[in-house]
Amino acid sequence: MKDTAYERVKLARNNKRPSGLDYIKNIFTGFYEFHGDRRYADDPAIVGGIARLGEMPVTVIAIEKGHTARERAFRNFGAPQPEGYRKALRLMKQAEKFGRPVICFIDTSGAYCGVGAEERGQGQAIAENLMEMSTLCVPIISILVGEGGSGGALALAVADRVWMLQNAVYSVISPEGCASILWKDAGQARTAAESLKLTAEDAKSLGVIEKILSEKDIGKKRFYNRIQDLLKEELEVLIKDIDLTQNRYERFRKIGVSAVNKE
Amino acid sequence: MALIKFLKPKNKLEEGGRTAAPVQRDAGEPEKTCPNCRKDIPLSRLWSNDLVCNCGYHFRMKARQRIRMIADEGSFREMYSNMKSDNPLNFPGYKEKIETVRTASGEVEAVVCGTATIGGQKCCLFVMEPYFMMGSMGTAVGEKITLLFEYAVQHRLPMVGFTVSGGARMQEGLLSLMQMAKTSAAVKRHSDAGLLYIAVLTDPTTGGVTASFAMEADITLAEPGAMVGFAGRRVIEQTTKKSLPKGFQRSEFVLEHGFIDSIVQRDKQKTYLTEILKMHDWRADL
Repeated sequence: MKDTAYERVKLARNNKRPSGLDYIKNIFTGFYEFHGDRRYADDPAIVGGIARLGEMPVTVIAIEKGHTARERAFRNFGAPQPEGYRKALRLMKQAEKFGRPVICFIDTSGAYCGVGAEERGQGQAIAENLMEMSTLCVPIISILVGEGGSGGALALAVADRVWMLQNAVYSVISPEGCASILWKDAGQARTAAESLKLTAEDAKSLGVIEKILSEKDIGKKRFYNRIQDLLKEELEVLIKDIDLTQNRYERFRKIGVSAVNKE
Repeated sequence: MALIKFLKPKNKLEEGGRTAAPVQRDAGEPEKTCPNCRKDIPLSRLWSNDLVCNCGYHFRMKARQRIRMIADEGSFREMYSNMKSDNPLNFPGYKEKIETVRTASGEVEAVVCGTATIGGQKCCLFVMEPYFMMGSMGTAVGEKITLLFEYAVQHRLPMVGFTVSGGARMQEGLLSLMQMAKTSAAVKRHSDAGLLYIAVLTDPTTGGVTASFAMEADITLAEPGAMVGFAGRRVIEQTTKKSLPKGFQRSEFVLEHGFIDSIVQRDKQKTYLTEILKMHDWRADL
């Protein structure tokens, strides 16, 4: 039986799902974590560095929510500060310099909403990532593995290929936020979740993602191996693409065009 | 009440604003109460003063009125005026809502785009509409802004954009979110072509618009007292359970934190833009 959209949201938020670091550790070898945005701080909500995918060195970036209460507090529940996005961009620019593909794992309820985040330009940090990623000269693959919360998720998803796990969600706003704004009632989150079209199937039919990844054996070796194979296979294609940034531009350029009435 | 107090962009404005002239009261003339100085101002005076109160408070302004204020008379050529969002996700209540807004505002979408001259300088101009779902960005807004940046690249024109927005339009879901990436990529191409983009942030500029083309300009200006931020105040208060600092997310606060270049009062904007545009067009005189 097909789950309702809101059940998907709950599944996507389940803290027993593999987190960003689980993907890094199980798909890649020899991960070296690099810290800091070189401007202000290191944001533990975003983990990044270099690793090998098979033989190939790649830059990996993941939003990390943590599993235990303690980990989750340390990771700010996977809600990045502006420094997280600036660190991610720094690592992507480094990847570009050394010709390494970039692979992002996304799992966040959204960019952190706090006083400090606003003071240090949360909006500007996200905007800069969107702009810079659009012309980054190396392949980028982004995988939404849990929650894809709005601009905070998109800031790591201006990619050549965007994939979603079958129970991940991707949305412009949380169903609770949407319900409380539109209907002044967070209890209508179910209706909102349905209406927002936030499941992987919805995202695919809207042309926002290329692939839905099965969650069979999630967390097991076979599951990670499958993702590893898909990444290798896709990178083979992308590395040979001589119109990479042009194609990336067109990938986003066409989204929503058919929804615009021009009569 | 507390909210109204917070919305009051006081002190700085009052200090820097013009001295308040005593208000003449004509019996029967419609008035508006200024949320800053709490005085009633005759509408006729507000209109002749570009919707700025004597105390310096900048009222929100409709896109077309702003275009009349900024563009040289008769120079504005509107583009993409036929484009509007349908209801791509069949979102409940959206169709009715947008039809009501269209009738009430006289606009079909939340941004007006075109070309114009400002002080004789040719440019592309977009102005967002606060009275159309608070300037929210759906597929049509994203498409119009992207097309305008692409047109500007093709014709090697600078871009001037006035933003006002509650953010991405919820009712178009993920498609709205993707407009942030799409517009940003178009801004990047315009930038990489060596062309100038000036953004003027007006009250309020928030959410997905702040996190995309509002914060991607070469020169970022703002109106006095404009609310500029990513997350909304209520969300931040709920998340952090703390009260917010004074003047939080007002343009003066954002300037202090280094994210905008200058705050420009409405009556100075045209001269300011003209000069900046000219300074980026000096080769044309050689």
